[in-house]
Amino acid sequence: MRNAFAKAVTELGDEYPELVMMAGDIGNRLFDRFKEKHPTRFYNCGVAEANMTGVASGLAASGLRPITYTITPFNTVRCLEQIRLDVCYPNLPVIVVGTGAGLSYAGLGATHHSMEDIAILRTLPNMHVVCPADSVEVRLAVKDALRLGRPTYIRLGKKGEPLVHQTDPVFEIGRGIVMREGSDVAILSVGTMLDAALKSADQLQQAGVSTKVISLHTVKPLDDQLLGALFAEQKLVVVLEEHGLTGGAGSAVLEWGNARRAALDKLICIGAPDRFLSACGDQDHARALYGLVPEKIAQRILDRLK
Amino acid sequence: MTTSVQLAAQFRAKAVEMSHAAEAAHLASALSCIDIVAALYHSVLRLDPKQPKWEDRDRFILSKGHAATALYAALAYKGFISEADLKTYGKAGSLLEEHPTPRLPGVEAATGSLGHGLPCGCGMALAGRIKGQDYRSFVLMSDGECNEGSVWEAALFAAANRLGSLCAFVDFNKWQATGRSREVLALDPLVDKFRSFGWLVHEIDGHDHEQILSAVRGVSGANEKPTMVVAHTVKGKGVSFMEDDNNWHYRIPTVDEVRMAKLELGVS
Repeated sequence: MRNAFAKAVTELGDEYPELVMMAGDIGNRLFDRFKEKHPTRFYNCGVAEANMTGVASGLAASGLRPITYTITPFNTVRCLEQIRLDVCYPNLPVIVVGTGAGLSYAGLGATHHSMEDIAILRTLPNMHVVCPADSVEVRLAVKDALRLGRPTYIRLGKKGEPLVHQTDPVFEIGRGIVMREGSDVAILSVGTMLDAALKSADQLQQAGVSTKVISLHTVKPLDDQLLGALFAEQKLVVVLEEHGLTGGAGSAVLEWGNARRAALDKLICIGAPDRFLSACGDQDHARALYGLVPEKIAQRILDRLK
Repeated sequence: MTTSVQLAAQFRAKAVEMSHAAEAAHLASALSCIDIVAALYHSVLRLDPKQPKWEDRDRFILSKGHAATALYAALAYKGFISEADLKTYGKAGSLLEEHPTPRLPGVEAATGSLGHGLPCGCGMALAGRIKGQDYRSFVLMSDGECNEGSVWEAALFAAANRLGSLCAFVDFNKWQATGRSREVLALDPLVDKFRSFGWLVHEIDGHDHEQILSAVRGVSGANEKPTMVVAHTVKGKGVSFMEDDNNWHYRIPTVDEVRMAKLELGVS
C-alpha cells in the first residue's frame, strides 16, 4: 500500500502542481521518484510531527495542497491538536496519511500500533476519514481527496496486502463499494480487512448464507443511503475493522443508526477489545488473537443467525 | 498623519476599553506587544483590507492569541473590520472572540493554544518560496509560549529550510500566567538559544518603534536565515499601575481604572 501511495502521489504531482509531499523522516527511498520529478515539492520534516502539521496548514492556507506522511500514531494522536486547530478548524485542504495503521506493525509494539485513530479523528469537525482496502483504493482515495479539497485522513496498511480490486471501481469518498451481492448478511469491511471479509463471505456462502460484502472505505462521512438500504434489507449488518471497538467504524454506524432509528439489533461490530496488545507476533498473529480472521468472523455471524 | 507611537497609544486605550467591556482577561499581555503590532501594521505590512486573502499580502500571525485585542485594534485601524466591530468584542454572536478565529477577515490562523503560530508561519513562508512570491511572514509569540516544544520544532525547520522571508518576535515581558518566565522553565539565554538554532537574532527594546522597524528591515526571501526578534518588553506597558504586575494577566479594569489608563495614555 505504501508503494502504491508513493506511486500515486508521484503521478498526481503532475496533475496537481500545488501538491506538496511532507514526510516525517520515513520512506526516504520510497519518494525518490517523487523527488526526481518534483524537486521543490518534497520536504523531509524530520521527527517533528506537530511542526509538520502546522507547516502543512500554512502551505494549505497559501494555496498549496500538502500531504503529511508518517507512521500512523505519530501523524495522528501525537499532533492531534495541530490537526484539530490548524487544519480542521480553518477547513484547509491538508491530507494526513498514516502508514502502518491498525496492527500492520504488530511486531513493533504498542508504540506503533494504531487502534484508536479512526475513533479520534472522526470526532473532528470538517475531517474526512478514509480507509482504503488495497493498493487500487489507495490510489483512488488520494486522487479523490485531492478533488475534495477538504481535511482528509487516509489510513494505510504497510505493504504486501492482497490486491482485491482487479479493475478500478468507482471510488468516491463517502460512498461504499459493493464487492459482492448477497441477501442475508452484509459485511461492511473497513480498510485492509476486505480480503478477510470476502473469505468470510465464501465460508458463509458454503453454509448457505448469502453474504453481501462492501468496502466501507469512508468512515466519515458515512454512506447514509447505503446503510439505510442494508438495515432495511438484510438480516444482519456486520462492521469489520482492524481498530478498537471503542469509537471506531462500528460505533460510527451505531451513532448513525440511533439518529436514523435503524434496526440496530441487526448490527454486529467486530474489532479489537479495549486493551493494549503487548506481545511479540506479526499482524496475522495479532489478528488471530482478536478473532479478525475469516473462520472466526464467519463463525460469529453463523452463531448470531442461529 | 498619525505616527506609529500615537497609534500604539490608541491601540492600548482600545485594549483597555475592550477588556473592561467584555470582562475579558489578558489585558497586560496585549499591552506588552502593542508597540510591535502597531509598528508592523503602521509601517511594515503590505496588506489590502479590500482583499483579505490577496495572495501577495504579507502574513502576520498573532501566535500569542490571548493578546487578541491588540490584533483587533490593528485590524480596525487598517479597515479589515470596523471601529464599531470592536464594541462587539466578546459579545454573543461576534467573531471578535477572546482568541482570534480565521473566520474574521485579516486573521491568518486560529491561535490561543500556544505554539501553533511559528509552524504555520513556516508553512506560509515556504509556500511563498515554492510559488515564487515575495511576501514576508511575521509571527508574534510570547515568552511563555517558548515552553512549547512545537516552537523549537519550527525553529529547527525554519533554519533547515533557510526561510529568510520568515520573521518571528518573542514578546519577552518576563512573565507567564503564573510566574516569571525565566523561572518557570529555563528560558535563558533566549537570544543564544535561537542563534544556536541557526536564526539571525536581533535583541531590541520592544517598545522602541525605531528598533522594531530596524530589526525587520532586512527580512527577505533572499536571506539564508530566518529572523528572530527577541523584544524586551514590560507586561502591562503604558499604564503605570499595570506595568510589570502579573495580576493584570487576568484582572479586568474597573470604570475608574479605564479612565485613569486613558488619561495616562493621552487618549480621550
